[in-house]
Amino acid sequence: MSDATVIDSESGYKGQSHVATTNACKLCTPLGATLAFKGVEGAIPYLHGSQGCATYMRRYIISHFREPMDIASSALGEKNAIYGGGPNLKKGLLNAMRKYGAGVVGVATTCLMETIGDDVARLLAEFREEFGDLPLADVVHVSTPSYSGTHMDGFHGAVKALADQLCVEKAAPTGRVNVMPGFVSPADIRHLKEICREFGLTPTVLPDYSETLDGPALLDYENIPSGGTRVADIRAMSGSVASLELGRAIGRQATAGTSLESRFGVPLHRLGLPIGLRETDSLFEALKDISGRPVPRELALERGRYIDALVDGHKYVSGLRAVVYGEEDLIIGMTSFLAEIGVKPVLVATGARNRDVAGHIRAACGDILREEPIVREGVDFFDIVEEAGTLSPDLLVGHSKGQRAAREWGVPLLRCGFPIHDRFGGPRLLHVGYRGAQNLFDRLVNLVLEKKQTDSDIGYGYL
Amino acid sequence: MSETAAAARIERPAIFEERRDQIRRIGEGDFSMACNRDSLAGAVSQRACVFCGSRVVLYPIADALHLVHGPIGCAAYTWDIRGSLSSGPELHRLSFSTDLQELDVVFGGEKKLAKALDELIARHHPKAAFVYSTCIVGIIGDDLEAVCKAAGERNGIPVIPVQSEGFKGNKREGYLAACKAMRRLVGTGDVSDVSPLSVNIMGDFNLAGETWIIRRYMERMGVQVVAGITGDGRVDDIRRAHGAGLNLVQCSGSTQDLARMLRDDFGTPFIRVSWIGIEDVAESLYAIAEHFEARHPKLAAGMVERTAKLVREELAALMPQLAAIRRDLTGKRAAVYVGGSFKAFSLVKAFRHLGMEVAVVGSQTGTEEDYKELAAICSPGTIVVDDANPLELSAFIREKDVDVFVGGVKERPIAFKLGVGFCDHNHERKIALEGFEGMLNFAKEIHASVMSPVWRFVPRREAGLNRKDAEV
Repeated sequence: MSDATVIDSESGYKGQSHVATTNACKLCTPLGATLAFKGVEGAIPYLHGSQGCATYMRRYIISHFREPMDIASSALGEKNAIYGGGPNLKKGLLNAMRKYGAGVVGVATTCLMETIGDDVARLLAEFREEFGDLPLADVVHVSTPSYSGTHMDGFHGAVKALADQLCVEKAAPTGRVNVMPGFVSPADIRHLKEICREFGLTPTVLPDYSETLDGPALLDYENIPSGGTRVADIRAMSGSVASLELGRAIGRQATAGTSLESRFGVPLHRLGLPIGLRETDSLFEALKDISGRPVPRELALERGRYIDALVDGHKYVSGLRAVVYGEEDLIIGMTSFLAEIGVKPVLVATGARNRDVAGHIRAACGDILREEPIVREGVDFFDIVEEAGTLSPDLLVGHSKGQRAAREWGVPLLRCGFPIHDRFGGPRLLHVGYRGAQNLFDRLVNLVLEKKQTDSDIGYGYL
Repeated sequence: MSETAAAARIERPAIFEERRDQIRRIGEGDFSMACNRDSLAGAVSQRACVFCGSRVVLYPIADALHLVHGPIGCAAYTWDIRGSLSSGPELHRLSFSTDLQELDVVFGGEKKLAKALDELIARHHPKAAFVYSTCIVGIIGDDLEAVCKAAGERNGIPVIPVQSEGFKGNKREGYLAACKAMRRLVGTGDVSDVSPLSVNIMGDFNLAGETWIIRRYMERMGVQVVAGITGDGRVDDIRRAHGAGLNLVQCSGSTQDLARMLRDDFGTPFIRVSWIGIEDVAESLYAIAEHFEARHPKLAAGMVERTAKLVREELAALMPQLAAIRRDLTGKRAAVYVGGSFKAFSLVKAFRHLGMEVAVVGSQTGTEEDYKELAAICSPGTIVVDDANPLELSAFIREKDVDVFVGGVKERPIAFKLGVGFCDHNHERKIALEGFEGMLNFAKEIHASVMSPVWRFVPRREAGLNRKDAEV
């Protein structure tokens, strides 16, 4: 233990009781950036680094979405590590523009280039000067060293970079509402757009990979899939009536929302991910304010049906002990949802650090929780399993990587978030809104019933 | 009719100027092929990196600790990534990282690495530890060799650095780094009970239990298996690998370097084998038997005969089942894009047994020699490609109007978006595709995908762009 303490002070770690990371509960920073860039129309994510990073991330992302996920790379070699990656970056950008027909190239840096210290902003300025005679695509750049933060920092960083670098002038009023949904599923994005429209609002969702990462079968292969936030709409975000930024754990960080607010005076509503009843209520309150309209009947009905279902199903889940893990914003939302339905979150864990998850959980659902869960930040699955082992959980809630623990303990895993590598339909999982809560609740109750039926000798026909 | 319609659909030349000599159509001029180059920037290569090469080769060694020294990504993306099965310990299925942070990058990661090693070795009691170097370790200048040596002495197990900085070449350099790491183990174990009629099974990774299929064949032939390198791999087996009478090298890229080292250092001969298809498996088995009968006539007497019996029995069980599948698949076309070219070679032959032709074939890491051999067995017009990308692969699939694509997870969505069947023949497969029983599984896989009714609903087929639909 004393060794661990020394390391803690050296690197400023909290929460992790050991030096080595085993089965990480986070991904590297550039991965999040590539996902955010994928949500812009005509964009190709681009990694300034060695070839492997792009390929590994593609594989990881494709296994979840089951869709093409092209990430271009500077494909740097040994001599570039010595002399800098500038020439490869420029050549790579040109190829991405000419051959893939990219309208936007979203450049994120890998740890190699961050460590060598390539000045990407300067290289991009040079690039524009050198090839100024060509019709060049927009290039947006974000710094994403993987030794700092997690994929969520990369995601939020890329969203901010898009707003900062593409939305540079005050646009004429559009009457639109900006929605920065955070890292949610394509189904979630589609539902958020639908909710806005029901309130009579036209949303600019950034990023919007609801089609690029969950597209239809098409006549022909698209080098860059259709869909995504239009660049023109991003430029006009400064003319929106308001911004909604979802995710409590973003905290006081500078984001796309704060940037649009401080530069152009677009009022910012910072809310939690709308998971469960009350976090969704907060979103609806904000939309009522912005639109000046009451909650549309269809959506009010969804809320009513959800509460009816909660009553019908409450006894199946009441008092179950749950371990929740994953991205900071998702676990806060899921904990709030679980608290509302009478499930007891006993451990809430994330690989991210310094996100005040405990404080945000208190704010979201402290009044319902009879006992606060143990909250751990900066942990891996070794910690989670060790800690949870003494808490006798009935249920795990999180992405696919908790599967081993669930199997070992013989408890169900309510799969949510990213990645879903061991089930089908990850991109179509709905978490947000009353409808998302309904889906989560139905799935959870059925997991409990299925286990009950399988484990029982009688095999009840009515449950 | 749609032969021309399909060809007409290629509006833009998908081929990057710089990559022109890495793509060939058989029958059009001399067959010379450029390969083993750095991937082209911005082209979205399907390749990985040096680290990936090392990691895939060493990964299945189940009782070793595999510690990735670097930021979290490289370890996170290779956690339980392969379907390499173990008959015992499963330490390889965990993901270990030093998860380097900003301060580590500034002040160096050596202390953290040393502590991580001590901690993990005390917790898991591995037989050896492999420490993988990632991109930035090469830049911040950690002395991996020294840290590993000291950790090995402190903990009493071999702690072996793997020089796999991602940017220092391509996957092939990673294979070499892995072979060098394993070479340090070979020769340190007791071989007194090893028969002269013995082999190491190299370049097979026990995906879905494939090494076990080969082991059963060896048993039936009367051949002892010393080490799986690295399928169902064990550190102590690799330490004894120099005792084997013959090395069987599959997957030409990944372990051939080690086979060469063992030949030079211990005089162990090696032969190239392939466990995919029908003739390649049979030929491999015969080659082993003939080698031992020639070298140890007395000891190995009857081995060729036993092998012939084995092959006969297996084919008698396989062929009638294949015939039924072949009836449905005859005339269909396939595209093959895999990591190593040996596999492409065997797959071209395997498809013939299904009545199918391979119209597009390529690999990430083939050599010029490999591609020439490939060209020799493919039909005129077949496209051969080195280090392809989604633009090229999608264009070739369209041009050749194939019915099924054989590749890995990264290629799957390209095939599916074009309304083409798919067979995963990569590290993640859960179905054994090697040996004679693997051939049957392969046929069933192809059949299940190609014959599915879903294709008739995909827009390309509905629009009648398909050659066969047009003919019907």
